[in-house]
Order: sequence, then C-alpha cells, then structure tokens
Amino acid sequence: MSFTHERIETSIPWLVVLVLLVVSVGGLVEILPLFFQQSTTHALPGMKPYTALQVEGRDIYIREGCVGCHSQMIRPFRAETERYGHFSVAAESAWDHPLLWGSKRTGPDLARVGQRYSDDWHRAHLNNPRDVVPESNMPAYAFLADARLDGHDTPAKLRALRTVGVPYVDADIAGAAAAVAGKTEQDALIAYLQGLGIALQGVN
Amino acid sequence: MSPFTSGFWNIWITALTLGGIVFCLFLLRMMSRRLPALDPNSATGHVWDGDLQELNHPLPRWWLIMFYLSIAFGLGYLSLFPGLGDWEGLLHWTSRGQYASEQAAAEATLNPVLQKYAAMDLLQVAQDPVAHEMGQRLFLNHCAQCHGSDGGGQRGFPNLRDQDWLYGGDPVVIEQTILNGRQGQMPAWGNVLGAQGVHEVVNYVRSLSGAAHDATLAAAGKTRFDMLCAACHGPEGKGNQAIGAPNLTDKTWLYGGSEQDITQTVTFGRHGQMPAHKERLGAGKVHLLAAYVYGLSH
Repeated sequence: MSFTHERIETSIPWLVVLVLLVVSVGGLVEILPLFFQQSTTHALPGMKPYTALQVEGRDIYIREGCVGCHSQMIRPFRAETERYGHFSVAAESAWDHPLLWGSKRTGPDLARVGQRYSDDWHRAHLNNPRDVVPESNMPAYAFLADARLDGHDTPAKLRALRTVGVPYVDADIAGAAAAVAGKTEQDALIAYLQGLGIALQGVN
Repeated sequence: MSPFTSGFWNIWITALTLGGIVFCLFLLRMMSRRLPALDPNSATGHVWDGDLQELNHPLPRWWLIMFYLSIAFGLGYLSLFPGLGDWEGLLHWTSRGQYASEQAAAEATLNPVLQKYAAMDLLQVAQDPVAHEMGQRLFLNHCAQCHGSDGGGQRGFPNLRDQDWLYGGDPVVIEQTILNGRQGQMPAWGNVLGAQGVHEVVNYVRSLSGAAHDATLAAAGKTRFDMLCAACHGPEGKGNQAIGAPNLTDKTWLYGGSEQDITQTVTFGRHGQMPAHKERLGAGKVHLLAAYVYGLSH
C-alpha cells in the first residue's frame, strides 16, 4: 500500500483527514499561539475592566452596530497616529470579548476617543451629530437619551465576562445592577466611549 | 521575556512552519522522481461518458521551478523576518521599529519648521501663509469637532471668530487655553434660589443686555445677583476673563439667551470643558494652532 494520489483520491476517509490537516496548518500556526501570547492575554499595567455602566454602553455600541462604521484599531502608521494618537496595542484588548476592532471607517476610528471630548459634546453629538459637526453623515441616536436601563441583566453580563477572564471581583457584580439602574442608554454609551483607549494616554 | 506563556509555542510554530515546507519539498521530489517512468500519454484509467479519459501528465517543468523558487523565497523570508517563534530574523525588523523610523524621518522634516515658528511671535506666525495652512489642518483634525470647521462654534462650544472671549483673546492666552485646557464651572443655583428666585435673577440677567424682561422681577433679582452672581460675573455683569465668567451684558450667549435657556443655566449650572492639548499635540503644534485661532478673528 504505497502513498500515491490514487490511493488518497479513491479513499474518502483519507481524503477528508488529509484535507483537514492541510487546511488547519495556517490556523494552528498563526491563530492558536495567540491565545498563549503575553502581549495578547495580559492587560496593560493600570488598566481597569469596564465598569458595569461601561459594559452596558458597550452592549449598546454592539446593538446599534457602531462597529459597522467605526473601527477601534489604530495601525502603526504615522498618518493614523497623527490623527488618532498612539497606535493600538494588543494588551489593550486583552479583556474585550468580543473584540470590536472593526474594519470599516465611514466614521473616524474610536480606539482613543476616551476623554477627547466632553460628555456634553457626546450628548449633543449623539442627539444630532449635525449640531456639532455640520458635515457629519452619522445617524442621530437621540432615542438613547429616553431609554432607561434597569440593570436587570448587568450582573449576569459581568459574571459571563469574568468566566472568560476579566478580573471582576464579587463586589463589582453585587453592585452592578445598582450602578446601572435608572441611567439612560446614552449615559452608558458615553461612559463606554469616554473609557476607550485611555490606558495608553499620554504615551508617545 | 518570551513572547509566549510557554516555550512550547516557539517550538510548535517553528516545527509546523518548517515541517510544512519540508513536506512540500518531499511531495514535489516524490512526484518528480516518478516522472521518467511515466509515459507522457499514459492514462489514469478513469473514463467518463464512454470515451472521456484522464491522462496522467507529468507536472509542467515551469510550474515545478516556480514551486521550488517559492520555497526558496519562503526560507529566505523566514530567515530575514520574524516568523519562527521568537526568532527575530536577521534584519531585526519589528513593526514598532518601522513606525519609529517613519516617525523619526517625518520629525526630521517637521521639527525645524516647528522650531522656526516656535521662535517667532504669535502675531507674526498668524501672518505667515505656510503656518496658516498647517494650523488649519491641525484645527480641522483636533478642534473642528466642537468649534466647527470654520471656527464658528455651536451651542455650548464657543465661537472663535468673534471678539468675545471667555478667557481672553490675547494670542498668548489662546495658546495657554489650548495647552492646558479650561474647566468652565457655572454652579447650579436652583436649590439655593428656589424657582421664584431663579425667575427673578433670570429677568435681571436679561435686563443687563437690554433683552425683554419684567422690571419688577429684575429689581428683585438684582439683590440676589449682587449677593451670589457678582462674585464671578462682576457687579455690573461684565464677566471676568481670569476665571472664564462670561460677560452677561452683550448679545453672545454660549448656552442660549432666551428666558428658558438662562433659567436652565441658572437652575442646573453649566460645565464647560476644553481639553488640554499639551500632551496630545506638543507645544510646537499648539503654537501654530494658537496663531491660526487668533487669525480667525483678526
């Protein structure tokens, strides 16, 4: 029984096994080791997990499809760092599940939008982007200011994140519902945006 | 520090990468070794539709050579650039290093220009057409989101084209504002004054700029104004640029000058935030920006 292509082509089990083996090599070499790499699994010193309100904000960011028009990934090119700030590093996303790097920039990158504008600016901008940036083609999200959060699911969300490695302590989870209840979705989204990329702020 | 949590992954990556290449080589060699034995027209024995046969031709020579060349390229690439575990590559290339050299090259061009302008007085820089263009680009990227692409401002975000300045319109003061930011604090007086008190003060404030108001209410409001508001806005309501308290006697209203708007401002306060740009931009670029902003109104 020699190793010939007739042998492989005429045996479906062999063909399936060998094809799977060949197509998995790329993933085994390029993706699998990332889960065991220091720079992708260890957060930056001083980095804090999202607060309960920020987690809710992140979920609104996901729900409204912000990632469809805004990336959160500053590439290490001067043209990008001049506009947005220090390029993104893997450790900043160590606690992000899912990753919201995105790949489409109809709007600007948001990886370092935290603390760049005031809360008032974000409120005016979310209610009607044209009020502050007349050239903007972003949709208005005024309805977020009317939707109130009750915090019912928030502890479960934090627990789920803790399961996948975000270092929440019991007190965070116990206080999560109270921290969120009564806040508007707009408050939550702004809290999330104001926390983006600040761990590396001032580093050049 | 090893880039991985365990040294195993270096071996894993290296073994699979090199192993894959060795396997391709082995496969090619094995297939070409059988070439001489093959009759160029030998059939595989597969027949379809009665007369369609699959011939068993040898691999084309040009294709084989391309494959060997790509293997040689792959090995060369892996020895020069990082690809095998923590092997740095003979060129010691990193994306950070490439970024740093790109940055250094750009700064070598830009820094002399920034230094030239840094040594010049802001009024001179404001006259310089090149500085104006550079300042405009900086403004559009860093300032236009709040102050508008023409510097005309928006409700809550000051107009930079007029002669009305919260903290002063002197070029040096503008530069300080951009470098260190400003925190505007109008306290909330709703609880202190009560609804009626607010109503009176609002009428008095509107009287300062000659807007329509109730004279009786305004007279009552004046007493309250002198007690609470004059500390920042001055006894005549002309404001104080040292602390960014707005002049209430002119027609410029950052948060709107209607009775409703002013009632909102007095009751709940306002909190204006101009972010600091010293860290973000550096003094050289802020100098250009300050000159550009000064130029908007002169």
